[in-house]
Amino acid sequence: MKEFVVVSGKGGTGKTSVVASLACLIEGKALADCDVDAANLSLVLSPRILEQKEFAAGKRARIITEKCTSCGICRDMCRFDAISGDFVVDTVSCEGCGACFFFCPASAVEFETPLAGHCYICATPADEPFVYAELFPGEENSGKLVTMVRTEARAQAERFGLSRILIDGPPGIGCPVISSLTGTSLAIIVTEPTASGIHDLERVIELTRHFQIPAAVIINKSDINLDCTDSIEHYCVQKDIRLLGRLPYESAISEAQRQGKTIVQYAPDLPAAKAMRGISEQIKTLYKE
Amino acid sequence: MRSEDGEGIMIDLSGMTITMASGKGGTGKTTVAVNLARLLAEAGQEVQYLDCDVEEPNGHIFLRPSIVSSSASRVMVPVVDQEKCTSCGECGAKCQFHAIVNLPGDTLIFPGLCHGCGLCSAVCPTGAITEGVRDIGVIEKGKGAKEIEFVHGILNVGEAMAVPLIKEVKSCRKDGYVQIVDAPPGTSCPVVATLNGSDAVIMVTEPTPFGLHDLKIAIDVARMLDIPTGVVVNKDHGGYPPLYDYLETSNIPVLAVIPEDAEIARHCSRGLIILESLPRCMDIFQSLAANLEGLLDTRSVHGRRAHL
Repeated sequence: MKEFVVVSGKGGTGKTSVVASLACLIEGKALADCDVDAANLSLVLSPRILEQKEFAAGKRARIITEKCTSCGICRDMCRFDAISGDFVVDTVSCEGCGACFFFCPASAVEFETPLAGHCYICATPADEPFVYAELFPGEENSGKLVTMVRTEARAQAERFGLSRILIDGPPGIGCPVISSLTGTSLAIIVTEPTASGIHDLERVIELTRHFQIPAAVIINKSDINLDCTDSIEHYCVQKDIRLLGRLPYESAISEAQRQGKTIVQYAPDLPAAKAMRGISEQIKTLYKE
Repeated sequence: MRSEDGEGIMIDLSGMTITMASGKGGTGKTTVAVNLARLLAEAGQEVQYLDCDVEEPNGHIFLRPSIVSSSASRVMVPVVDQEKCTSCGECGAKCQFHAIVNLPGDTLIFPGLCHGCGLCSAVCPTGAITEGVRDIGVIEKGKGAKEIEFVHGILNVGEAMAVPLIKEVKSCRKDGYVQIVDAPPGTSCPVVATLNGSDAVIMVTEPTPFGLHDLKIAIDVARMLDIPTGVVVNKDHGGYPPLYDYLETSNIPVLAVIPEDAEIARHCSRGLIILESLPRCMDIFQSLAANLEGLLDTRSVHGRRAHL
Protein backbone atom coordinates (compact mmCIF):
# COMPACT_ATOMS: atom_id res chain seq x y z
CA MET A 1 0.00 0.00 0.00
CA LYS A 2 1.39 3.42 -0.98
CA GLU A 3 0.22 6.43 0.96
CA PHE A 4 0.96 9.89 -0.42
CA VAL A 5 0.31 12.75 1.99
CA VAL A 6 -0.02 16.42 1.04
CA VAL A 7 1.29 18.78 3.73
CA SER A 8 2.52 22.37 3.79
CA GLY A 9 3.78 23.66 7.13
CA LYS A 10 2.14 27.02 6.53
CA GLY A 11 -1.64 26.96 6.24
CA GLY A 12 -3.58 28.16 3.24
CA THR A 13 -0.97 27.31 0.60
CA GLY A 14 -3.47 25.22 -1.37
CA LYS A 15 -3.14 21.65 -0.05
CA THR A 16 -6.81 20.81 -0.44
CA SER A 17 -7.13 22.35 -3.90
CA VAL A 18 -4.12 20.31 -5.03
CA VAL A 19 -5.51 17.09 -3.54
CA ALA A 20 -8.92 17.70 -5.13
CA SER A 21 -7.33 18.23 -8.55
CA LEU A 22 -5.12 15.16 -8.16
CA ALA A 23 -8.25 13.22 -7.19
CA CYS A 24 -9.65 13.99 -10.66
CA LEU A 25 -6.43 13.07 -12.46
CA ILE A 26 -5.20 9.94 -10.70
CA GLU A 27 -7.29 6.78 -10.88
CA GLY A 28 -7.48 3.74 -8.66
CA LYS A 29 -6.95 5.22 -5.22
CA ALA A 30 -8.66 5.84 -1.93
CA LEU A 31 -8.80 9.37 -0.51
CA ALA A 32 -8.46 10.57 3.08
CA ASP A 33 -8.75 14.00 4.69
CA CYS A 34 -6.55 14.09 7.79
CA ASP A 35 -7.10 17.79 8.56
CA VAL A 36 -9.61 16.80 11.22
CA ASP A 37 -9.76 20.31 12.77
CA ALA A 38 -10.94 21.89 9.57
CA ALA A 39 -11.81 19.24 7.01
CA ASN A 40 -12.47 20.82 3.62
CA LEU A 41 -11.89 18.13 1.03
CA SER A 42 -15.50 16.93 1.29
CA LEU A 43 -16.65 20.41 0.19
CA VAL A 44 -15.22 19.82 -3.30
CA LEU A 45 -15.57 16.04 -3.59
CA SER A 46 -19.36 15.95 -2.98
CA PRO A 47 -19.18 12.50 -1.39
CA ARG A 48 -22.03 10.24 -0.30
CA ILE A 49 -21.66 9.28 3.36
CA LEU A 50 -22.00 5.51 3.69
CA GLU A 51 -21.21 5.13 7.37
CA GLN A 52 -20.66 7.40 10.35
CA LYS A 53 -18.38 6.20 13.16
CA GLU A 54 -18.00 7.72 16.60
CA PHE A 55 -14.66 8.96 17.90
CA ALA A 56 -13.91 9.11 21.61
CA ALA A 57 -10.42 9.27 23.04
CA GLY A 58 -9.52 11.31 26.11
CA LYS A 59 -11.37 11.14 29.39
CA ARG A 60 -12.73 14.12 31.33
CA ALA A 61 -13.17 14.52 35.06
CA ARG A 62 -16.33 15.81 36.73
CA ILE A 63 -16.78 16.31 40.46
CA ILE A 64 -20.08 15.21 41.95
CA THR A 65 -20.87 18.04 44.38
CA GLU A 66 -23.01 15.87 46.69
CA LYS A 67 -20.16 13.45 47.33
CA CYS A 68 -17.36 16.05 47.55
CA THR A 69 -16.03 16.71 51.05
CA SER A 70 -13.94 19.72 49.91
CA CYS A 71 -10.76 18.06 51.25
CA GLY A 72 -8.69 19.70 48.50
CA ILE A 73 -6.58 16.65 47.54
CA CYS A 74 -7.72 16.91 43.90
CA ARG A 75 -6.64 20.55 43.71
CA ASP A 76 -3.23 19.62 45.13
CA MET A 77 -2.84 16.77 42.63
CA CYS A 78 -3.99 18.65 39.50
CA ARG A 79 -1.04 20.08 37.54
CA PHE A 80 -3.29 21.91 35.09
CA ASP A 81 -5.10 24.26 37.49
CA ALA A 82 -8.32 22.73 36.24
CA ILE A 83 -10.19 22.55 39.57
CA SER A 84 -11.70 25.72 40.98
CA GLY A 85 -11.78 26.76 44.65
CA ASP A 86 -15.37 25.50 44.87
CA PHE A 87 -14.40 22.17 43.27
CA VAL A 88 -15.71 22.46 39.74
CA VAL A 89 -13.59 21.02 36.92
CA ASP A 90 -12.81 23.47 34.12
CA THR A 91 -13.30 21.28 31.05
CA VAL A 92 -11.07 23.59 28.99
CA SER A 93 -8.02 23.18 31.24
CA CYS A 94 -8.58 19.51 32.18
CA GLU A 95 -6.21 17.27 30.21
CA GLY A 96 -7.85 14.07 31.44
CA CYS A 97 -4.91 12.64 33.42
CA GLY A 98 -7.15 11.18 36.12
CA ALA A 99 -5.06 12.31 39.12
CA CYS A 100 -8.19 13.73 40.82
CA PHE A 101 -10.18 10.58 40.04
CA PHE A 102 -7.60 8.13 41.39
CA PHE A 103 -6.82 10.11 44.54
CA CYS A 104 -10.26 11.33 45.64
CA PRO A 105 -10.87 9.69 49.05
CA ALA A 106 -14.64 10.18 48.70
CA SER A 107 -14.97 8.73 45.16
CA ALA A 108 -16.57 12.02 44.17
CA VAL A 109 -14.96 12.22 40.73
CA GLU A 110 -16.56 10.81 37.61
CA PHE A 111 -14.06 10.03 34.86
CA GLU A 112 -15.65 9.26 31.52
CA THR A 113 -14.88 9.35 27.82
CA PRO A 114 -17.06 11.86 26.01
CA LEU A 115 -17.73 11.72 22.28
CA ALA A 116 -15.12 13.96 20.61
CA GLY A 117 -15.90 13.69 16.92
CA HIS A 118 -17.09 11.61 14.00
CA CYS A 119 -15.36 9.72 11.22
CA TYR A 120 -17.17 9.36 7.89
CA ILE A 121 -16.72 6.52 5.42
CA CYS A 122 -17.81 7.82 2.02
CA ALA A 123 -17.83 7.20 -1.70
CA THR A 124 -16.99 9.91 -4.23
CA PRO A 125 -19.19 10.44 -7.31
CA ALA A 126 -16.58 8.31 -9.16
CA ASP A 127 -17.24 5.57 -6.57
CA GLU A 128 -13.84 5.80 -4.99
CA PRO A 129 -13.54 5.38 -1.21
CA PHE A 130 -13.07 8.58 0.76
CA VAL A 131 -12.66 8.90 4.54
CA TYR A 132 -12.76 12.13 6.52
CA ALA A 133 -13.46 13.17 10.09
CA GLU A 134 -14.70 16.09 12.11
CA LEU A 135 -13.28 16.72 15.55
CA PHE A 136 -15.71 18.65 17.73
CA PRO A 137 -14.68 22.32 18.19
CA GLY A 138 -11.91 22.74 20.74
CA GLU A 139 -11.33 19.02 21.36
CA GLU A 140 -8.03 17.28 22.02
CA ASN A 141 -6.55 14.12 20.51
CA SER A 142 -6.63 15.26 16.89
CA GLY A 143 -3.64 12.96 16.28
CA LYS A 144 -5.67 9.91 17.36
CA LEU A 145 -8.53 10.89 15.07
CA VAL A 146 -6.01 11.21 12.21
CA THR A 147 -4.87 7.65 12.98
CA MET A 148 -8.50 6.50 12.86
CA VAL A 149 -9.00 8.17 9.45
CA ARG A 150 -5.86 6.53 8.08
CA THR A 151 -6.82 3.10 9.45
CA GLU A 152 -10.31 3.33 7.94
CA ALA A 153 -8.90 4.54 4.60
CA ARG A 154 -6.49 1.59 4.47
CA ALA A 155 -9.35 -0.79 5.23
CA GLN A 156 -11.41 0.73 2.40
CA ALA A 157 -8.48 0.58 -0.02
CA GLU A 158 -7.88 -3.09 0.81
CA ARG A 159 -11.56 -3.89 0.46
CA PHE A 160 -11.65 -2.46 -3.06
CA GLY A 161 -8.23 -3.79 -4.05
CA LEU A 162 -6.66 -0.34 -4.36
CA SER A 163 -2.94 0.08 -3.79
CA ARG A 164 -2.80 3.86 -3.31
CA ILE A 165 -4.14 6.35 -0.80
CA LEU A 166 -3.99 10.09 -1.35
CA ILE A 167 -4.09 11.99 1.94
CA ASP A 168 -4.90 15.67 2.54
CA GLY A 169 -2.86 16.63 5.60
CA PRO A 170 -3.21 19.37 8.22
CA PRO A 171 -1.06 22.53 8.45
CA GLY A 172 1.75 22.91 10.97
CA ILE A 173 4.35 20.37 12.12
CA GLY A 174 2.78 19.20 15.40
CA CYS A 175 0.75 16.27 16.65
CA PRO A 176 -1.80 15.79 13.81
CA VAL A 177 0.88 16.36 11.13
CA ILE A 178 3.14 13.75 12.71
CA SER A 179 0.20 11.30 12.79
CA SER A 180 -0.55 12.04 9.12
CA LEU A 181 3.06 11.65 8.02
CA THR A 182 4.44 8.60 9.81
CA GLY A 183 4.83 5.54 7.61
CA THR A 184 3.75 7.21 4.35
CA SER A 185 5.59 6.66 1.05
CA LEU A 186 5.88 10.32 0.05
CA ALA A 187 5.15 13.74 1.48
CA ILE A 188 4.04 16.22 -1.19
CA ILE A 189 4.72 19.66 0.25
CA VAL A 190 2.67 22.54 -1.16
CA THR A 191 4.41 25.82 -0.50
CA GLU A 192 4.10 29.42 -1.66
CA PRO A 193 6.80 31.93 -2.57
CA THR A 194 6.54 34.15 0.48
CA ALA A 195 8.95 34.77 3.34
CA SER A 196 6.55 32.90 5.65
CA GLY A 197 6.09 30.08 3.14
CA ILE A 198 9.84 29.46 2.85
CA HIS A 199 10.34 29.59 6.63
CA ASP A 200 7.57 27.04 7.17
CA LEU A 201 8.69 24.86 4.24
CA GLU A 202 12.12 24.47 5.82
CA ARG A 203 10.56 23.28 9.08
CA VAL A 204 8.22 20.78 7.42
CA ILE A 205 11.11 19.41 5.32
CA GLU A 206 13.08 18.99 8.53
CA LEU A 207 10.09 17.07 9.90
CA THR A 208 9.98 14.71 6.89
CA ARG A 209 13.72 14.09 7.35
CA HIS A 210 13.16 13.42 11.06
CA PHE A 211 10.69 10.66 10.17
CA GLN A 212 12.66 9.59 7.07
CA ILE A 213 9.79 10.21 4.66
CA PRO A 214 10.76 11.12 1.07
CA ALA A 215 9.54 14.62 0.17
CA ALA A 216 8.65 16.46 -3.04
CA VAL A 217 7.62 20.10 -3.46
CA ILE A 218 4.94 22.00 -5.38
CA ILE A 219 5.26 25.81 -5.51
CA ASN A 220 1.76 27.26 -5.61
CA LYS A 221 1.04 30.88 -6.63
CA SER A 222 4.56 30.73 -8.06
CA ASP A 223 4.30 34.05 -9.90
CA ILE A 224 3.43 36.30 -6.94
CA ASN A 225 7.11 36.59 -6.04
CA LEU A 226 9.51 35.09 -8.60
CA ASP A 227 12.59 35.80 -6.49
CA CYS A 228 11.12 33.72 -3.66
CA THR A 229 10.16 30.98 -6.15
CA ASP A 230 13.75 30.86 -7.38
CA SER A 231 15.02 30.65 -3.78
CA ILE A 232 12.69 27.71 -3.11
CA GLU A 233 13.88 25.90 -6.24
CA HIS A 234 17.48 26.53 -5.26
CA TYR A 235 16.77 25.27 -1.75
CA CYS A 236 15.16 22.08 -3.13
CA VAL A 237 18.16 21.38 -5.37
CA GLN A 238 20.48 21.91 -2.40
CA LYS A 239 18.49 19.54 -0.22
CA ASP A 240 18.06 17.03 -3.04
CA ILE A 241 14.27 17.31 -2.96
CA ARG A 242 12.28 16.72 -6.11
CA LEU A 243 10.38 19.73 -7.45
CA LEU A 244 7.08 18.51 -8.89
CA GLY A 245 6.15 21.81 -10.48
CA ARG A 246 5.06 25.42 -10.25
CA LEU A 247 1.40 26.42 -10.19
CA PRO A 248 0.78 30.02 -11.26
CA TYR A 249 -1.62 32.17 -9.21
CA GLU A 250 -5.13 31.73 -10.55
CA SER A 251 -8.09 33.69 -9.21
CA ALA A 252 -10.43 31.20 -10.89
CA ILE A 253 -9.43 28.62 -8.24
CA SER A 254 -11.55 30.49 -5.67
CA GLU A 255 -14.44 30.73 -8.14
CA ALA A 256 -14.16 27.01 -8.90
CA GLN A 257 -14.24 26.33 -5.14
CA ARG A 258 -17.40 28.41 -4.75
CA GLN A 259 -19.00 26.12 -7.33
CA GLY A 260 -17.70 23.02 -5.56
CA LYS A 261 -15.30 22.18 -8.39
CA THR A 262 -11.57 21.79 -8.91
CA ILE A 263 -9.60 23.95 -11.31
CA VAL A 264 -9.01 21.00 -13.68
CA GLN A 265 -12.78 20.53 -14.01
CA TYR A 266 -13.75 24.21 -13.96
CA ALA A 267 -11.23 25.61 -16.42
CA PRO A 268 -9.07 22.81 -17.89
CA ASP A 269 -7.33 25.14 -20.36
CA LEU A 270 -5.95 27.61 -17.84
CA PRO A 271 -2.17 27.46 -17.20
CA ALA A 272 -2.77 26.40 -13.57
CA ALA A 273 -4.87 23.41 -14.72
CA LYS A 274 -2.23 22.42 -17.28
CA ALA A 275 0.50 22.66 -14.64
CA MET A 276 -1.65 20.49 -12.36
CA ARG A 277 -1.86 17.80 -15.03
CA GLY A 278 1.93 17.89 -15.41
CA ILE A 279 2.32 17.41 -11.66
CA SER A 280 -0.11 14.48 -11.63
CA GLU A 281 1.86 12.77 -14.42
CA GLN A 282 5.02 13.06 -12.32
CA ILE A 283 3.25 11.65 -9.29
CA LYS A 284 1.96 8.70 -11.33
CA THR A 285 5.55 7.98 -12.32
CA LEU A 286 6.53 8.13 -8.66
CA TYR A 287 3.72 5.67 -7.82
CA LYS A 288 5.29 3.16 -10.18
CA GLU A 289 8.79 3.58 -8.72
CA MET B 1 -11.03 54.77 26.87
CA ARG B 2 -9.91 57.22 24.16
CA SER B 3 -6.64 58.93 23.49
CA GLU B 4 -5.68 61.33 20.73
CA ASP B 5 -2.78 60.13 18.63
CA GLY B 6 -2.51 63.30 16.56
CA GLU B 7 -4.00 61.88 13.37
CA GLY B 8 -7.09 60.08 14.52
CA ILE B 9 -8.80 58.81 17.61
CA MET B 10 -7.44 55.56 18.93
CA ILE B 11 -8.92 53.51 21.72
CA ASP B 12 -6.68 52.69 24.65
CA LEU B 13 -6.39 48.92 24.80
CA SER B 14 -3.84 48.68 27.60
CA GLY B 15 -4.15 45.46 29.55
CA MET B 16 -6.33 43.89 26.87
CA THR B 17 -5.49 40.63 25.11
CA ILE B 18 -6.56 40.57 21.45
CA THR B 19 -6.08 37.26 19.64
CA MET B 20 -6.09 36.56 15.89
CA ALA B 21 -7.51 33.17 14.90
CA SER B 22 -9.11 31.70 11.78
CA GLY B 23 -9.78 27.99 11.63
CA LYS B 24 -8.44 27.77 8.09
CA GLY B 25 -4.74 28.41 7.62
CA GLY B 26 -3.26 31.11 5.44
CA THR B 27 -6.16 33.54 5.72
CA GLY B 28 -3.95 36.39 6.99
CA LYS B 29 -3.85 36.07 10.79
CA THR B 30 -0.23 37.15 10.97
CA THR B 31 -0.75 40.01 8.49
CA VAL B 32 -3.56 41.41 10.62
CA ALA B 33 -1.68 40.81 13.88
CA VAL B 34 1.57 42.55 12.88
CA ASN B 35 -0.21 45.51 11.30
CA LEU B 36 -2.50 45.99 14.30
CA ALA B 37 0.48 45.74 16.64
CA ARG B 38 2.36 48.37 14.64
CA LEU B 39 -0.66 50.69 14.42
CA LEU B 40 -1.24 50.61 18.17
CA ALA B 41 2.47 51.06 18.90
CA GLU B 42 2.64 54.06 16.58
CA ALA B 43 -0.31 55.57 18.43
CA GLY B 44 1.82 55.45 21.56
CA GLN B 45 0.38 52.35 23.20
CA GLU B 46 2.60 49.79 24.89
CA VAL B 47 2.29 46.67 22.77
CA GLN B 48 3.45 43.13 23.37
CA TYR B 49 3.28 40.63 20.51
CA LEU B 50 2.89 36.98 21.52
CA ASP B 51 3.30 34.48 18.69
CA CYS B 52 1.49 31.32 19.80
CA ASP B 53 1.73 29.61 16.40
CA VAL B 54 4.63 27.63 17.81
CA GLU B 55 4.62 25.05 15.02
CA GLU B 56 5.15 27.66 12.32
CA PRO B 57 5.79 31.07 13.91
CA ASN B 58 5.99 33.86 11.32
CA GLY B 59 5.49 37.13 13.24
CA HIS B 60 9.25 37.72 13.50
CA ILE B 61 9.54 37.79 9.70
CA PHE B 62 7.48 41.00 9.69
CA LEU B 63 8.33 42.61 13.03
CA ARG B 64 12.05 41.75 12.76
CA PRO B 65 12.75 41.96 16.47
CA SER B 66 16.26 41.90 17.85
CA ILE B 67 16.20 38.82 20.07
CA VAL B 68 17.67 39.53 23.50
CA SER B 69 16.94 36.29 25.32
CA SER B 70 16.46 32.66 24.39
CA SER B 71 15.57 29.87 26.78
CA ALA B 72 14.57 26.25 26.51
CA SER B 73 10.96 25.34 27.19
CA ARG B 74 10.78 22.25 29.34
CA VAL B 75 8.11 19.81 30.44
CA MET B 76 8.22 17.24 33.21
CA VAL B 77 8.87 13.65 32.26
CA PRO B 78 9.14 10.57 34.49
CA VAL B 79 12.46 8.91 35.25
CA VAL B 80 12.31 5.29 36.45
CA ASP B 81 14.85 3.87 38.89
CA GLN B 82 14.90 0.29 37.58
CA GLU B 83 16.53 -0.87 40.85
CA LYS B 84 13.51 0.21 42.87
CA CYS B 85 10.91 -0.71 40.22
CA THR B 86 9.09 -3.98 40.95
CA SER B 87 7.27 -4.01 37.57
CA CYS B 88 3.96 -3.97 39.44
CA GLY B 89 2.30 -2.26 36.45
CA GLU B 90 0.48 0.37 38.50
CA CYS B 91 1.93 3.37 36.60
CA GLY B 92 1.26 1.94 33.15
CA ALA B 93 -2.29 0.96 34.09
CA LYS B 94 -3.14 4.44 35.38
CA CYS B 95 -1.38 6.59 32.77
CA GLN B 96 -4.11 7.95 30.48
CA PHE B 97 -1.66 8.94 27.75
CA HIS B 98 -0.04 5.53 27.15
CA ALA B 99 3.30 7.14 28.00
CA ILE B 100 4.42 4.23 30.20
CA VAL B 101 4.54 0.58 29.23
CA ASN B 102 5.42 -2.05 31.82
CA LEU B 103 7.33 -5.06 30.59
CA PRO B 104 8.55 -7.82 32.88
CA GLY B 105 11.68 -6.41 34.46
CA ASP B 106 11.51 -3.15 32.55
CA THR B 107 9.38 0.01 32.53
CA LEU B 108 9.51 2.00 29.30
CA ILE B 109 8.77 5.71 29.07
CA PHE B 110 7.52 7.39 25.89
CA PRO B 111 8.35 11.04 26.59
CA GLY B 112 6.56 12.33 23.48
CA LEU B 113 3.22 11.10 24.83
CA CYS B 114 3.70 12.31 28.42
CA HIS B 115 1.57 15.25 29.59
CA GLY B 116 3.65 15.74 32.74
CA CYS B 117 0.68 15.16 35.06
CA GLY B 118 2.80 13.44 37.73
CA LEU B 119 0.28 10.63 38.30
CA CYS B 120 2.85 7.85 37.73
CA SER B 121 5.20 9.08 40.44
CA ALA B 122 2.24 9.60 42.78
CA VAL B 123 0.91 6.05 42.34
CA CYS B 124 4.27 4.21 42.39
CA PRO B 125 4.26 2.14 45.62
CA THR B 126 8.06 1.88 45.79
CA GLY B 127 9.01 5.47 44.98
CA ALA B 128 10.80 4.31 41.83
CA ILE B 129 9.59 7.21 39.67
CA THR B 130 11.01 10.69 39.98
CA GLU B 131 10.54 13.59 37.61
CA GLY B 132 13.07 14.88 35.15
CA VAL B 133 12.63 17.41 32.38
CA ARG B 134 12.90 17.43 28.63
CA ASP B 135 13.06 20.26 26.09
CA ILE B 136 10.13 20.73 23.73
CA GLY B 137 11.14 24.03 22.19
CA VAL B 138 12.58 27.48 22.66
CA ILE B 139 11.14 30.75 23.91
CA GLU B 140 12.72 33.85 22.40
CA LYS B 141 12.10 37.42 23.55
CA GLY B 142 13.11 40.65 21.90
CA LYS B 143 12.10 44.10 20.84
CA GLY B 144 10.89 45.24 17.43
CA ALA B 145 10.50 48.71 15.93
CA LYS B 146 8.27 51.18 17.83
CA GLU B 147 9.23 49.47 21.09
CA ILE B 148 7.02 46.44 20.43
CA GLU B 149 7.84 43.75 22.97
CA PHE B 150 8.11 40.45 21.13
CA VAL B 151 7.81 36.84 22.34
CA HIS B 152 7.56 33.67 20.31
CA GLY B 153 7.81 29.96 20.95
CA ILE B 154 9.50 27.64 18.46
CA LEU B 155 8.44 24.01 18.82
CA ASN B 156 11.20 21.47 18.27
CA VAL B 157 10.79 19.63 14.96
CA GLY B 158 9.31 16.19 15.61
CA GLU B 159 7.72 17.31 18.88
CA ALA B 160 3.97 16.69 19.22
CA MET B 161 3.31 18.66 22.43
CA ALA B 162 2.52 22.21 21.38
CA VAL B 163 0.18 23.16 24.24
CA PRO B 164 2.74 23.50 27.07
CA LEU B 165 4.89 25.76 24.87
CA ILE B 166 1.86 27.89 23.96
CA LYS B 167 1.03 28.27 27.66
CA GLU B 168 4.61 29.32 28.34
CA VAL B 169 4.51 31.99 25.60
CA LYS B 170 1.31 33.33 27.15
CA SER B 171 2.86 33.33 30.61
CA CYS B 172 5.38 35.93 29.34
CA ARG B 173 2.64 38.58 29.19
CA LYS B 174 3.54 41.97 30.65
CA ASP B 175 0.94 43.77 32.73
CA GLY B 176 -0.42 47.00 31.33
CA TYR B 177 0.55 46.21 27.74
CA VAL B 178 -1.95 45.49 25.00
CA GLN B 179 -1.26 41.90 24.01
CA ILE B 180 -1.54 41.04 20.33
CA VAL B 181 -1.64 37.25 20.10
CA ASP B 182 -1.23 35.23 16.90
CA ALA B 183 -2.97 31.84 17.15
CA PRO B 184 -2.18 28.70 15.14
CA PRO B 185 -4.64 27.57 12.46
CA GLY B 186 -7.16 24.88 13.31
CA THR B 187 -9.82 24.51 15.97
CA SER B 188 -8.45 21.96 18.45
CA CYS B 189 -6.47 22.08 21.68
CA PRO B 190 -3.61 24.42 20.59
CA VAL B 191 -6.20 26.99 19.52
CA VAL B 192 -8.15 26.59 22.76
CA ALA B 193 -4.93 27.03 24.77
CA THR B 194 -4.15 30.22 22.81
CA LEU B 195 -7.64 31.77 22.94
CA ASN B 196 -8.36 30.98 26.58
CA GLY B 197 -8.38 34.21 28.62
CA SER B 198 -8.47 36.60 25.63
CA ASP B 199 -10.59 39.76 25.88
CA ALA B 200 -11.48 39.63 22.19
CA VAL B 201 -10.77 37.45 19.20
CA ILE B 202 -10.40 38.68 15.64
CA MET B 203 -11.24 35.87 13.23
CA VAL B 204 -9.50 36.42 9.93
CA THR B 205 -11.32 34.68 7.12
CA GLU B 206 -11.51 34.63 3.34
CA PRO B 207 -14.72 34.65 1.30
CA THR B 208 -14.57 31.04 0.08
CA PRO B 209 -16.40 27.84 1.07
CA PHE B 210 -13.25 26.55 2.83
CA GLY B 211 -12.81 29.83 4.72
CA LEU B 212 -16.46 29.89 5.84
CA HIS B 213 -16.59 26.22 6.83
CA ASP B 214 -13.54 26.57 9.10
CA LEU B 215 -14.61 30.00 10.41
CA LYS B 216 -17.84 28.51 11.75
CA ILE B 217 -15.94 25.88 13.75
CA ALA B 218 -13.47 28.48 15.06
CA ILE B 219 -16.34 30.76 16.12
CA ASP B 220 -17.88 27.80 17.99
CA VAL B 221 -14.61 27.51 19.92
CA ALA B 222 -14.65 31.24 20.78
CA ARG B 223 -18.31 30.92 21.91
CA MET B 224 -17.46 27.94 24.09
CA LEU B 225 -14.82 30.11 25.76
CA ASP B 226 -17.21 33.08 25.93
CA ILE B 227 -14.90 35.50 24.10
CA PRO B 228 -16.34 38.44 22.10
CA THR B 229 -15.63 37.83 18.42
CA GLY B 230 -15.35 39.97 15.31
CA VAL B 231 -14.28 39.12 11.79
CA VAL B 232 -11.79 40.53 9.29
CA VAL B 233 -12.58 39.46 5.74
CA ASN B 234 -9.33 39.15 3.79
CA LYS B 235 -8.82 38.73 0.03
CA ASP B 236 -12.29 40.17 -0.57
CA HIS B 237 -13.21 40.49 -4.23
CA GLY B 238 -16.75 41.77 -4.14
CA GLY B 239 -18.54 39.53 -1.73
CA TYR B 240 -19.46 35.96 -0.98
CA PRO B 241 -23.10 36.06 0.17
CA PRO B 242 -23.04 32.87 2.30
CA LEU B 243 -20.30 34.41 4.49
CA TYR B 244 -22.15 37.66 5.08
CA ASP B 245 -25.45 35.83 5.62
CA TYR B 246 -23.81 33.68 8.28
CA LEU B 247 -22.20 36.67 10.03
CA GLU B 248 -25.48 38.56 10.05
CA THR B 249 -27.50 35.61 11.35
CA SER B 250 -24.88 34.92 14.00
CA ASN B 251 -24.68 38.59 14.97
CA ILE B 252 -20.92 38.77 14.45
CA PRO B 253 -19.54 42.14 13.36
CA VAL B 254 -17.22 42.66 10.40
CA LEU B 255 -14.35 44.73 11.79
CA ALA B 256 -12.52 45.34 8.52
CA VAL B 257 -12.31 44.16 4.93
CA ILE B 258 -9.00 43.72 3.10
CA PRO B 259 -9.42 43.52 -0.68
CA GLU B 260 -7.88 40.84 -2.89
CA ASP B 261 -4.97 42.78 -4.27
CA ALA B 262 -1.84 41.51 -6.02
CA GLU B 263 0.24 44.38 -4.65
CA ILE B 264 -0.76 43.59 -1.05
CA ALA B 265 0.07 39.91 -1.66
CA ARG B 266 3.50 40.86 -3.05
CA HIS B 267 4.29 43.12 -0.11
CA CYS B 268 3.25 40.44 2.38
CA SER B 269 5.34 37.86 0.50
CA ARG B 270 8.40 40.06 1.15
CA GLY B 271 7.68 40.27 4.88
CA LEU B 272 6.59 43.91 4.77
CA ILE B 273 4.13 45.59 7.11
CA ILE B 274 1.59 46.86 4.61
CA LEU B 275 0.28 49.83 6.57
CA GLU B 276 3.77 51.27 6.20
CA SER B 277 4.79 50.00 2.80
CA LEU B 278 1.37 50.69 1.23
CA PRO B 279 -0.04 53.82 2.92
CA ARG B 280 -3.45 53.23 1.31
CA CYS B 281 -3.85 50.26 3.70
CA MET B 282 -3.73 52.56 6.76
CA ASP B 283 -7.50 53.17 6.65
CA ILE B 284 -8.23 49.43 6.84
CA PHE B 285 -6.35 49.00 10.09
CA GLN B 286 -7.60 52.27 11.59
CA SER B 287 -11.17 51.11 11.03
CA LEU B 288 -10.23 47.75 12.54
CA ALA B 289 -8.89 49.44 15.68
CA ALA B 290 -11.96 51.66 15.91
CA ASN B 291 -14.35 48.74 15.45
CA LEU B 292 -12.56 46.77 18.15
CA GLU B 293 -13.93 49.25 20.65
CA GLY B 294 -17.49 48.19 19.86
CA LEU B 295 -16.51 44.58 20.38
CA LEU B 296 -15.06 45.31 23.82
CA ASP B 297 -18.19 47.33 24.71
CA THR B 298 -20.25 44.27 23.82
CA ARG B 299 -18.23 42.44 26.39
CA SER B 300 -18.92 44.91 29.18
CA VAL B 301 -22.66 44.76 28.41
CA HIS B 302 -22.34 41.00 28.36
CA GLY B 303 -20.43 41.09 31.66
CA ARG B 304 -23.11 43.18 33.35
CA ARG B 305 -25.76 40.76 32.15
CA ALA B 306 -23.80 37.89 33.58
CA HIS B 307 -23.79 39.55 36.99
CA LEU B 308 -27.55 40.16 37.11
